[in-house]
Amino acid sequence: MRENQGTSEFRLLRGVHRTLTGLHPALESLLAAVVGMAVGAILMRIWGYNPWKAYAALFRGAYGSAFGRASSLARGVPLVFTAMTFAICMRAGMFNIGAEGQVFLGAAAAITVAFFHLPPGLHLIVGLVFAMIAGAAWSIGPALLKVTRGVHEVISTIMFNWIARFLVFFLVTNVLVDPRRAEKTFSIPVSARFPVLVSRTDLSYSIFLAIAFALVIYFVLWHTVVGYEIRAAGLNPTAARYGGINSKRTILLSFILGGIGAGLAGASIVMGQPPTYAMFSGLPMITNTGFDGMAVAMVGRNHPIGILVAAVFFGGLTAGGRTMQIFASTPLEVVRVVTGVIVITMAIPELLRIFPRTKGELVKILALIRKLRQKRASQSEESP
Amino acid sequence: MDISQIGSILIITLHAMVPICLTAVGEIIGETAGLFNIGLEGILLTSAFTGVLGAKAGGAVVGLLVGMGTGAIISLIFSVINTYWKGNQMITGIGINLLALGFVAFGLIVLGSPGFHPVPPEGRLVAIRTPWGRLSPIIFVALVIPFVAHWFLNRTRAGLILKATGESPEAADVAGIRVNLVRLLATTFGGILAGLAGAYISVSWIGSVTKQISAGRGFISLATVVFSGLNPLLALLGAFVFGLFESIATWIRNLPAARMIPWQFVAMIPYVVTLLVVSGAIGRVRFPKALGKPYIRE
Repeated sequence: MRENQGTSEFRLLRGVHRTLTGLHPALESLLAAVVGMAVGAILMRIWGYNPWKAYAALFRGAYGSAFGRASSLARGVPLVFTAMTFAICMRAGMFNIGAEGQVFLGAAAAITVAFFHLPPGLHLIVGLVFAMIAGAAWSIGPALLKVTRGVHEVISTIMFNWIARFLVFFLVTNVLVDPRRAEKTFSIPVSARFPVLVSRTDLSYSIFLAIAFALVIYFVLWHTVVGYEIRAAGLNPTAARYGGINSKRTILLSFILGGIGAGLAGASIVMGQPPTYAMFSGLPMITNTGFDGMAVAMVGRNHPIGILVAAVFFGGLTAGGRTMQIFASTPLEVVRVVTGVIVITMAIPELLRIFPRTKGELVKILALIRKLRQKRASQSEESP
Repeated sequence: MDISQIGSILIITLHAMVPICLTAVGEIIGETAGLFNIGLEGILLTSAFTGVLGAKAGGAVVGLLVGMGTGAIISLIFSVINTYWKGNQMITGIGINLLALGFVAFGLIVLGSPGFHPVPPEGRLVAIRTPWGRLSPIIFVALVIPFVAHWFLNRTRAGLILKATGESPEAADVAGIRVNLVRLLATTFGGILAGLAGAYISVSWIGSVTKQISAGRGFISLATVVFSGLNPLLALLGAFVFGLFESIATWIRNLPAARMIPWQFVAMIPYVVTLLVVSGAIGRVRFPKALGKPYIRE
């Protein structure tokens, strides 16, 4: 076996192996995306739509034009925030699916800046602070229930989502309602809006806030004591406790950090997406931002940089889904099917086991290739 | 409040109890074997939709059977991923819920009625007439199943095997029990009950399917399981309490004196009650040791 390791085939295979294992997390995400789109295609086929046409329209709409690219990025902005909400708690070993409700409250809190006047800039910052406080406040409930009563966060955050939904329904139709147009709230005043980044698209400067937030969370998680404690609690809770890390504090902190992110997601939608800068009754613009964020976090491997890349992909799915609906008359909802399948696929560990992982496996494969070559060579000798 | 009012509240309570009771008992079976399925919400939603398709094609009984089949297929996928493929149960469940949202919304559009699809009158399950309103026969199924499950878990050898795989899969493996297969069967059975619950909601109880017909009932069932501490009889009690609060919410909404209270606050009641019940129940409840962890042979 040993003499095999010097040969050119071995070096080639080793190169392939190193590339694959180096790219391993990214490749798994890519594979999950392919599986998700394949299942979406099968469903479209069954229900009488043309998947090729649909996906062509989707990707042309999402990335094929300057307008499409801008609106894909714009759809990705709130997803970065909600993905961070999920990712921070995943790093701490918890499943926080409460971003959805926190987004609703963050958006409602941001709308309240319409009630007073402030200079431009300051007005925007006040709105963001309101949204962060609202999101964080709504995340404290499940965190406290977990710390004091041991309630599993999946159950409590879902209940908080439903309560937030009805609370914000009430706020939108009774408190924040625009007296001239009963179906929407007051619009955010110009002085508190994110300026538009690319004219005649809905991409605004909020994208820089999303990138900054991802980088801040990256710094907090990997370069501060608090972040170290959060990650340690997630990797091995028992060891973390023996190491003197206060698990209640890490739970509260990761929920609050996540709540701040979800609140900002709500603010980025109402303050940064033209043309209305308002919430509508039934919350059509805001619903599912939190849930889609979970898919972004998983495909982005719960890492801020991965999340930024994944948000561009999912933003493209959402933006392209709209053009698909118009030009291939295929319902937008197929995008959510694709998202669901991607998440299910991401739940399977070691998706890439099909590729060789260890040196031993490589050597075996090499031996197999040798044998096949010899066989072919002997066959060609026999039949001139 | 007179007798007829109490009677109608009781009937609404029983109807609202059924899906939570069936789903919770199914989940108790699954959790006893060690799998924690948070995809129940998605199973309820999907089977409510496919149940309507079945009822339109071949009547109410076919609708219920199609719903059960849907639950079986989804939980089979869930349990294969989480037994043989050592997947992450939480993430799989979240994915199933997302997939169900998209699948049902897509399906409703394909049927030509986005948002709402009624069951034709001939496809609805025949109800029993009482002086205070119609009573679905599934109510009796939901009242019997917890007792059967309780007997099964505590009085049979198969129930003991189930408990062993949830409590100590290593010991069960040594004793010759096929841990993954037992878990797969238990979860699939739970999925079948959840599928029946979903189809019941659309085919028997409400008579239509919408994008949000499950309305968090899958998660309320999970909360009921926590409350019950894996005892099917307590799950029946918990489901009854949730049903009671749902019918009280409906009753308050129709009171002339309650016009002052916005409907949104009344609609919150079941979710607030769930939080209160769950936070009160924890502490005395003990779950199987290996719950939520894939079994990996050393």
